[in-house]
Amino acid sequence: MTPNLVYIVVIGVLFAAGVSMVLERSLTRVLMGMILLGNGVNLLILLGGKAGTPPIVGLGPDEEMADPLPQIMILTAIVITLGMTAFLLALAYRSWAVSGHDEVQDDVEDRRIMQLAERDEGSGTDDTDHTDVPAPAEVAPLPDREAAR
Amino acid sequence: MTFLVPLPVVMPLLGAALTLMMAGKPRAQRTVSLTVLTATLLVSCALLYFSTTDGSLVVAVGGWEAPLGIVLIADQLAALMLVVSSAVTLCVLVYSIGQGMADGHEETPLSVYHPTYLVLTAGVTNAFLAGDLFNLYVGFEILLVASYVLLTIGGTENRIRAGSTYVVVSLLSSVIFLTAIGLIYAATGTLNLAQLVERLDALPDGLRLILQGMLLLAFGIKAAVFPLSSWLPDSYPTAPAPVTAVFAGLLTKVGVYAIIRTETLLFPGGRAAVVLLITGLLTMVIGILGAVAQSDIKRLLSFTLISHIGYLLFGVGLTTQLGLSSAIFYVVHHITIQTTLFLAAGLIEHRGGSTALDKLGGLAKLSPVLAVLFLVPALNLAGIPPFSGFIGKLGLVQAGVADGGVLAWMLVAGGILTSLLTLYAVARVWNLAFWRTPPTSMPSGRLPALMVAPTLALVVFGAALTFVAGPLFEVGDQAAASLQERTAYVQSVFGGENP
Repeated sequence: MTPNLVYIVVIGVLFAAGVSMVLERSLTRVLMGMILLGNGVNLLILLGGKAGTPPIVGLGPDEEMADPLPQIMILTAIVITLGMTAFLLALAYRSWAVSGHDEVQDDVEDRRIMQLAERDEGSGTDDTDHTDVPAPAEVAPLPDREAAR
Repeated sequence: MTFLVPLPVVMPLLGAALTLMMAGKPRAQRTVSLTVLTATLLVSCALLYFSTTDGSLVVAVGGWEAPLGIVLIADQLAALMLVVSSAVTLCVLVYSIGQGMADGHEETPLSVYHPTYLVLTAGVTNAFLAGDLFNLYVGFEILLVASYVLLTIGGTENRIRAGSTYVVVSLLSSVIFLTAIGLIYAATGTLNLAQLVERLDALPDGLRLILQGMLLLAFGIKAAVFPLSSWLPDSYPTAPAPVTAVFAGLLTKVGVYAIIRTETLLFPGGRAAVVLLITGLLTMVIGILGAVAQSDIKRLLSFTLISHIGYLLFGVGLTTQLGLSSAIFYVVHHITIQTTLFLAAGLIEHRGGSTALDKLGGLAKLSPVLAVLFLVPALNLAGIPPFSGFIGKLGLVQAGVADGGVLAWMLVAGGILTSLLTLYAVARVWNLAFWRTPPTSMPSGRLPALMVAPTLALVVFGAALTFVAGPLFEVGDQAAASLQERTAYVQSVFGGENP
């Protein structure tokens, strides 16, 4: 179909909103962002095809048929997005169940290295004699999230 | 012989359905998945043989002819990737069965493990065989969904944390890929690769570059190309050892395969060559510097995995036949070796109780078998002659020297430096985990034979790559030549007539 301004703006807004939601830390918000992004992409695909009469032989002249391919692709994409939404929801719920919040955390190893850097120490891994190696420091717990519980 | 082509996709999917129905009957599940993957390996070997002797095999799924229908194409490159990937998946499956038996099934909820694993295999094979962009996307999605489940299996806190990062990043790359597909369809009106060859050439240059950039971005995330690679070391190491091994071997390489396919077939002429070369150099050097700094074997191996993706980009970015064929050889070598190393890391974890280098030591005396199983692929990864890693790197260096540009020479230097640093990184693991006196008393125990056997098989396979390097390079060379030709691919789909 011929792109008109309304479509373009809607797609732009969906993408922008989706991206800003994905940049959040909470998995639930990321999920919302993904849904918005998916809808934006689906509209974008729809713009790629020709508009016209229903693509069934005999309902109209062949030249005026709509292009069915983008619609098929959107259907597939919707189904995939649905499955992913369900999975992300389950992941967010499980994350909430095991840790009391659904925020995506930094990696443990990264946190440990940052702490070593703050204390200006090196890693004791490469000392071959263990006479005076301090035990690897415990990783400090995450900031308290009592409110989230 | 074309009836063989859909089998590598269909058989694992059927197997997944069967194993899902057999939930709670582990023995039956094991029998089905082993049978299916062995059959897939045999079919892949047959496909490689036929595609080498009588050219690409093409199947129009459901009888709908291209360009409207979905085609599956087994050309030499796809068939070669199929053979290696199914060999690796089979070995890892045996290993995971061995681990499940040894651990008393605590780690993996078995009823879900086998179906998911087979679905993952189906996704990988589908991506290799896909003859149109949308089917490639579907293949990617199948393998990604399966990988989400495998990565978060058990649902422990660590795995959920690692899984969140991985899932969100993968979803983003899928969205970018889908956007690229929408734009390509809008611009050309087709998604069939063979038809795109002609229609993309007719587009204005700026538009082609945008489409190429979008695809490269999507595949770059999947292939863990620097600077899109920081998700990988945070997500892979937390999964169970066999899962990490199969991810490391296959998932990033599917991204690389997609890069090779699209760069040679859809966008030849090397407009992105400079970008590929620069990102390849950065991926190599920064990846290996990350590996040198790690104090955990699995994380260290994840960084070597990223680093060696750079070599593959180097070969593709040169856009010469020698560069491409070396890259193809290197893909085969790297899938095998990286998987073997992760399996060996799993064995180290099993034997020493941990993969943290602080806590390991003296494994060489405790378990000489394990020492050999780690050392051989480790030297192979670093590219010590006479192993296949050396042969692949030599081919890349030759291709770089033949190119002769400043950037190519920089990559040659970067490649050699990376190789030495890889040797340093694995030597560090060797010194700390195998040679020094143990920091604490190591637990006593034995390695289960079912875990050692597949690892040994892969070690032998990796070492044997040296002996078949000649024929393998020849196959890679033919594949590279037909990739550069492009006409062969189009003709195999449309039977010589113009679409």
